[in-house]
Amino acid sequence: MDHPVQTDFLRWIVLFPLLGAAVNGLLGARIQEQWGKRAVAFIACAPVTLSFLFSLWAFGRLLGLPAKERFLIDAFYTWIPMGSFSVDVAFWVDPLSAIMILVVSGIGGLIHFYSIGYMHEDRSLWRYFAYLNLFTFSMLLLVTGDNLLLMFVGWEGVGLCSWALIGFWYNDHTNTRAGNKAFIVNRIGDFGFVLGIFLLYWTLAGQGQGTLAFREIQEHVGLLAGMQLWGIGVATLVTFLLFIGATGKSAQIPLYVWLPDAMQGPTPVSALIHAATMVTAGVYMIARLNELFSAAPATLGLIAVIGAATALFAATIAVTQNDIKRVLAYSTISQLGYMFLAMGVGAYTAGVFHLLTHAFFKACLFLGSGSIIHAMQGEQDMRRMGGLRTAMPATFWTFTIGVLAIAGTPFLAGFFSKDAILWQAWASHNEVLWGVAVFVAGLTAFYMFRQFFMVFFGECRADHHVRDHLHESPKIMTYPLWILAAGSVVVGYIGLPPFMGANLLDGWLDPVIHLPHGEHHSVAEEVGVMSVSIAAAAGGVAIAYFLYFLRTPSRDDSPEAKGVAYRVLYNKYYVDEVYQFVFVGGTLLLARIGAAFDRYIIDTIVDGSAKLTTIISWFNGLFDNYVVDMLVNAVANVTFAVGNNFRRVQTGNINSYLYVVVGAVVVALIVKLRYWS
Amino acid sequence: MAEYVALLADVGLKHYLVVSGILFALGIYIVLTRRNAISILLGVELILNSAGLNYVAFSHFSTGQVDGQIYTVFIIMLAASEAAIGLAIVLAIYQLFSTIDVEATETLKD
Repeated sequence: MDHPVQTDFLRWIVLFPLLGAAVNGLLGARIQEQWGKRAVAFIACAPVTLSFLFSLWAFGRLLGLPAKERFLIDAFYTWIPMGSFSVDVAFWVDPLSAIMILVVSGIGGLIHFYSIGYMHEDRSLWRYFAYLNLFTFSMLLLVTGDNLLLMFVGWEGVGLCSWALIGFWYNDHTNTRAGNKAFIVNRIGDFGFVLGIFLLYWTLAGQGQGTLAFREIQEHVGLLAGMQLWGIGVATLVTFLLFIGATGKSAQIPLYVWLPDAMQGPTPVSALIHAATMVTAGVYMIARLNELFSAAPATLGLIAVIGAATALFAATIAVTQNDIKRVLAYSTISQLGYMFLAMGVGAYTAGVFHLLTHAFFKACLFLGSGSIIHAMQGEQDMRRMGGLRTAMPATFWTFTIGVLAIAGTPFLAGFFSKDAILWQAWASHNEVLWGVAVFVAGLTAFYMFRQFFMVFFGECRADHHVRDHLHESPKIMTYPLWILAAGSVVVGYIGLPPFMGANLLDGWLDPVIHLPHGEHHSVAEEVGVMSVSIAAAAGGVAIAYFLYFLRTPSRDDSPEAKGVAYRVLYNKYYVDEVYQFVFVGGTLLLARIGAAFDRYIIDTIVDGSAKLTTIISWFNGLFDNYVVDMLVNAVANVTFAVGNNFRRVQTGNINSYLYVVVGAVVVALIVKLRYWS
Repeated sequence: MAEYVALLADVGLKHYLVVSGILFALGIYIVLTRRNAISILLGVELILNSAGLNYVAFSHFSTGQVDGQIYTVFIIMLAASEAAIGLAIVLAIYQLFSTIDVEATETLKD
């Protein structure tokens, strides 16, 4: 850690996608017109591929270093040199960010390729790819930035791209509204985030160690110990504010409401931004600052509770949703809740592990759903699907793997990572949270298999013209699916539970994440805890099997016909309505009060002053007309009269002039001689 | 003859000034009364000459230097050029009005 290896290729990991975004964003329309969509797609996919190759290179460099010195830095330039406050644009890759850049550029690259097939009919493909590249740039900046401010730039950048891509089909008002909702809700979180940065810097600067660089923050975390602000520990306050930012970006209670609406965007966007990468930014941030968070046990407790509550809350909503993407969206929120639960109980590596596996299987599921939507000509209602397994074998098999992985089927990726979290929750003596998490595991299995059965089994309930055109997606879409499905199978093996072998991930992250040494637990206990979660998942699958496989759902299943509980869940606990009433309505009410104040008080004052000015002007006018003008006219009149009288003197007769001259001389002489001498 | 010479020796400043005064008065009279432009010019010449006579007389009787004479040469030169210009103007007036009567040329008042 003390001797970072200087490099100068890390910047290219970040800059390649920016280059692609710039070319497509500035010249894309012309390129698409001149050389077609293939050129646009190439310009977008090549930089991400290059980023991935450079990320692999960085990963290789890290592997070649001794474990304690795995730390590459590329100081690009000094961004803000301002007295003792200095912020560099520097990129660093350590074991944690190495995982993130591989995920972002790797899965991001696959989704870029998938988009070529999914979006091939779209007129403004260049715009789509420009945003997608810009997103990749921002996300890579977020994970490789070596200080909080640079991370914040990326943090805002991904939010901006998310907004642009959710509202990508801006002709439909719903989409732009969803984009705005995502952006505004994120802003609330970002406000907390930026306050957290300020407070952290301010406190450290007060100790003479003002810095925003991560590794220096980690060194100086000790300075925060015992410091208080308003009776609260500074570390607690800072982490709490940062966590508010994380709840916005990573869709946790209470700021999760934007994520389901974000499904209005193109499906590859949902896969990339709203499942695999951007929404995990909060988890990454906490893992990045794990020493700081470890110094604030109160915040950690809150994070754990919020995580578990979000997991439960979102999972219950997902149970009743009929929109194929909304189920996945709530599932994402729920899985993010797991990650935050892991963070909250101090199991940072387990959280990062779940982040990694989730990126694979959720991207796989989202892209699979995109393939289905593509084949169904835009239909997203699962009640109108069914029986698709014969028509779309590749999508079916990859989706199956994804579903099995997320449901926690033993020996697939999701099983290991979810089990790591459950085990850590249990081992840290949070039995209640553990119970909630196990219940959520059962729910997850249930709603995923519900979706699975509704989409792929039974008879096809689609309209005739849709049914006749069912087709498997092109290879450019199915190959990424297979790669992600393969990942969903094998990635879990880097984080095996202790009794099954070496945990590669723990070892890899050890230099970055300092885990407290847990107490020793017996193998029997671990296996027992694991069996409970397997049983819960199996129970969920079984219920789904009885309700949605044996009993074919009807095309017109209406939530109104179900019980009260079903309706509450179907309407997402009416949270959107409550938010609409309390926050949007409150804001509007405030705006109306402001408008009334404007209209009746400010306007009255302004109008009154205008009227007063008119009256004053009227008097002014009088003064002007009668006093000033009279004086001016008087001067003119006098001058005219004098001139008129004196003009008679000028006769034109030279003799008379001469008389005057001589007379004047004589008079002057008389005056001079008589009165002056 | 000799008595005339003695008489001449008695001629002093006063005599010159009287002659010059008569010349000046005549000049003024001509300038004021004549309606012929050329006559007015002649009057002006008389006035100038009376001034020149004054200069020479004062110069001779008071300082004994030649500065008065120098001024007089200037005045003669001035009178010559003034006469030239004046006559040219009179010619122009004649071409315009077919008369050199200054009473007839009253257009300057406009």
